[in-house]
Amino acid sequence: FMQRGLDSQTKKQLEEEEKKIISEEHWYLDLPDLKEKESFIIEERSFMPCEDLLYGRMSFKGFNPEIEKLMIQMNSKCKEEEIEVDDKMEADVSDEEMARRYETLVGTIGKKFLRKRDQRVLQDEDEDGNSNTRPSKKAKKKFLKPQD
Amino acid sequence: GGAYWVDSQQKRYVPVKGDHVIGIVTAKAGDVFKLDVGGSEQASLSYLAFEGATKRNRPNVQVGDLIYGQFLVANKDMEPEMVCIDSSGRSSGMGIIGQDGFLFKVSLGLIRKLLAPKCEIIQELSQLYPFELVLGMNGRIWVKAKTVQQTLIIVNILEACEYMTAEQRKQALAKLSGN
Repeated sequence: FMQRGLDSQTKKQLEEEEKKIISEEHWYLDLPDLKEKESFIIEERSFMPCEDLLYGRMSFKGFNPEIEKLMIQMNSKCKEEEIEVDDKMEADVSDEEMARRYETLVGTIGKKFLRKRDQRVLQDEDEDGNSNTRPSKKAKKKFLKPQD
Repeated sequence: GGAYWVDSQQKRYVPVKGDHVIGIVTAKAGDVFKLDVGGSEQASLSYLAFEGATKRNRPNVQVGDLIYGQFLVANKDMEPEMVCIDSSGRSSGMGIIGQDGFLFKVSLGLIRKLLAPKCEIIQELSQLYPFELVLGMNGRIWVKAKTVQQTLIIVNILEACEYMTAEQRKQALAKLSGN
């Protein structure tokens, strides 16, 4: 009631008073706190963890290859928990090959973004490199005046 | 370490959460199958508890089929529930057990012996001929081999293993592999 006009302080005071009234009315046990005993006994009803039993489905001499695969999977899960996981991923491509490919890759992608004129230059350079006997063409064609 | 268990011989199975068992479908009630697992009550199995099952894509389960699954819920206050799918959603070998083969019952102690790592019986049998075996913790074993005769031989050996000593078993197997 009249909550809009009240300041926060007076509000708090009111709340505290209310709480006091309530807690006095509530019954509580006047006993010391009992410590909860941690039970060290855990009940387990299945036999599986006791004797480390195998998986129930089995196949022998290739009668059911899927089950044989499953057997290996299941039984290895139980026993081989100590094998450390190989963190290092084996690279499919060796580092040298990667460097080589990258080198050429940069060239080819770079060519894609050259302007048309520059592309011609590049082409001529390549041709020059391949065959020295060919006469070198002019890099840029000068503007030819239209003849009258 | 620090685990104690009491090993006793019993034939009657009590459903336990997480146990893999073989159940026989006895009834189909709408979306749920009732399975007989050899316990005091029948277990229920929802049709969605199979790998890749959706409301449209229902598993093809008929009354009388054999199912290999594990218990999701199994306590003395509630009806046991089974699923054929593990916590990650994969079937990992569970589901309907195929056609043919032979189902029989043994005591629970023998199942535990057979499932022990490095079980001699299983190792010796696996040398004989190719066959497939499903062991349920409820005392049920399903065997399938190429011919009916081979299947029955395996069944008889497994049943007799309960009372044979290791020596007798090796003799019997030697006779068989000699044949």
